[in-house]
Amino acid sequence: MCLNETPVLSVRQLCLRYGDGCSECQTSLEKNRCTVCGTVWAANDISLDVYPGEVLGIVGESGSGKTTLMRSLYFDFIPSSGTAVLSDYKSGRVNIWEASAAEQRLIRNTIMGMVYQNPLLGLRMNYSSASNIAEKIIAAGSRNASQIDERARELLQAVEMPVSRMSEPPRNFSGGMQQRVQISKALANNPALLLLDEVTTGLDLSVQARVLDLIRKIKARYGISILLVSHDLAVIRMLADRTIVMLDGKIVESGLTDQILEDPQHAYTQQLVHSLI
Amino acid sequence: MNSNYNYAFLDEGSKREIRRSVLKAVAIPGYQVPFGSRELPIGRGWGTGGIQLTLSLIGPADTLKVIDQGSDESVNAVNIKKFVGLCTDVETTNDTRKATLIQTRHRIPEIPLRNGQILVLQVPIPEPLRIVEPCEEATKKMHAEKDYAPMWLQLYESLVKYKKVTIPTEYPCMVEGRYMMNPSPIPKFDNPKLHRAECLYLFGAGREKKIYAIPPHTEVVSLAFDDIPFERESFAGKKCRLCGSENTYLDEIFDPQTGERFFQCSDTSYCQEVRRHVSE
Repeated sequence: MCLNETPVLSVRQLCLRYGDGCSECQTSLEKNRCTVCGTVWAANDISLDVYPGEVLGIVGESGSGKTTLMRSLYFDFIPSSGTAVLSDYKSGRVNIWEASAAEQRLIRNTIMGMVYQNPLLGLRMNYSSASNIAEKIIAAGSRNASQIDERARELLQAVEMPVSRMSEPPRNFSGGMQQRVQISKALANNPALLLLDEVTTGLDLSVQARVLDLIRKIKARYGISILLVSHDLAVIRMLADRTIVMLDGKIVESGLTDQILEDPQHAYTQQLVHSLI
Repeated sequence: MNSNYNYAFLDEGSKREIRRSVLKAVAIPGYQVPFGSRELPIGRGWGTGGIQLTLSLIGPADTLKVIDQGSDESVNAVNIKKFVGLCTDVETTNDTRKATLIQTRHRIPEIPLRNGQILVLQVPIPEPLRIVEPCEEATKKMHAEKDYAPMWLQLYESLVKYKKVTIPTEYPCMVEGRYMMNPSPIPKFDNPKLHRAECLYLFGAGREKKIYAIPPHTEVVSLAFDDIPFERESFAGKKCRLCGSENTYLDEIFDPQTGERFFQCSDTSYCQEVRRHVSE
């Protein structure tokens, strides 16, 4: 990672609110809710950069806006305002949230990959694992069944899934295996950016360790940039190069992960780090 | 002809509206044009889309043929012929070559249709994407954005599970490289007959209130992966027990008296013609 390089992703002043908002909103927030008009600011003035090959961690409590940020980037949610550019999309000159629906679909399927906390959101439970991976490859335009098959096989092997089970639907699998299928699906078209939303939440400790180890291997093997959301500081410590801390829809602190964990500046980060100890 | 009915049963305004929808459908091959489906003296789902197209297009100079599952003599076909005859007095025929307007369910005749003929197909489910997306609003968006990946995925899933594409009827096809179309429940054996045909194909879905069309010489390509070509049903080693044809779509018939199974041409008029030629 080199901070002098062009970022893979640049987000500026992302806001996503539920409600019409009012002129008092920014001065009358109680947590992330406006006391005057009742508007909830799920994401409030978020700016960040993700550099090539880096893992950027996002930590924060439940409701702090981590998933809102991730799902806005993956076009699941429509932001109220803000810009995001990807270096691989029109050389970073066009705001991805202003792209046409077809172009957004292309970005989702070729430039970005997403692993959801809940596999139900990321996988088609009634389709085979091979088809789940094929979905991305087909959406990117491939119409050669043998090549799709080969790629699905290769990806399942990369995430240490038994290839013999590729014709089985993910509903037959354990939580850890479902996350592995999601990861292989996300990697299907060699994306420049991988979005990982609480990938280890709900998994038992041994499975968590295997998934984290897998993500580390993927980073080393593919040199991919990763945006990693977690409320678990141990996960962040293990994987993230830099970390941002979110609270009530806002970024309250950012810096190198070691710096954040060793010398937290913001009161909330201090509380978070001390609660870990 | 019963003079108490308007000519061709429907009022002139209704027929004009349907013909306008047909013109739009011809102008945009494969695109589903909404239309105000009228009430008819038969229930929705019994071919009202096809009948409305037939009634709005038929004129005194036309010769009508109606087939149901390839048969000219089925109850449905006979009753539609009677009904149209009752309110138009047009000539009806079983001869595919002689007909100018053919209404059909589930089959395209074996004899290649010529320029000037219109084949009207009754369609139960016009939306090809319905099996992958239940929401009408979503399928409309998918058509608008030409987002047909979910249907390709359905085909791939079939390959993963069964090593072959298992869709027997309503096999989706691309029309002029733009719209994905459901060719009504014809067997995929008939799909190649849609490609660059001489005749005009019209598809009417009365219950779903949609009309679509394949004008003559239109490119119609059945969905297939680059390395796995589209395949029709194979009747290799089988032939019609009546006329001996080996290259037609065959129905398998079971005789409960003898327990015997045999094959017979689905297109009865074609079968009769072959037999007539043989006997001559």
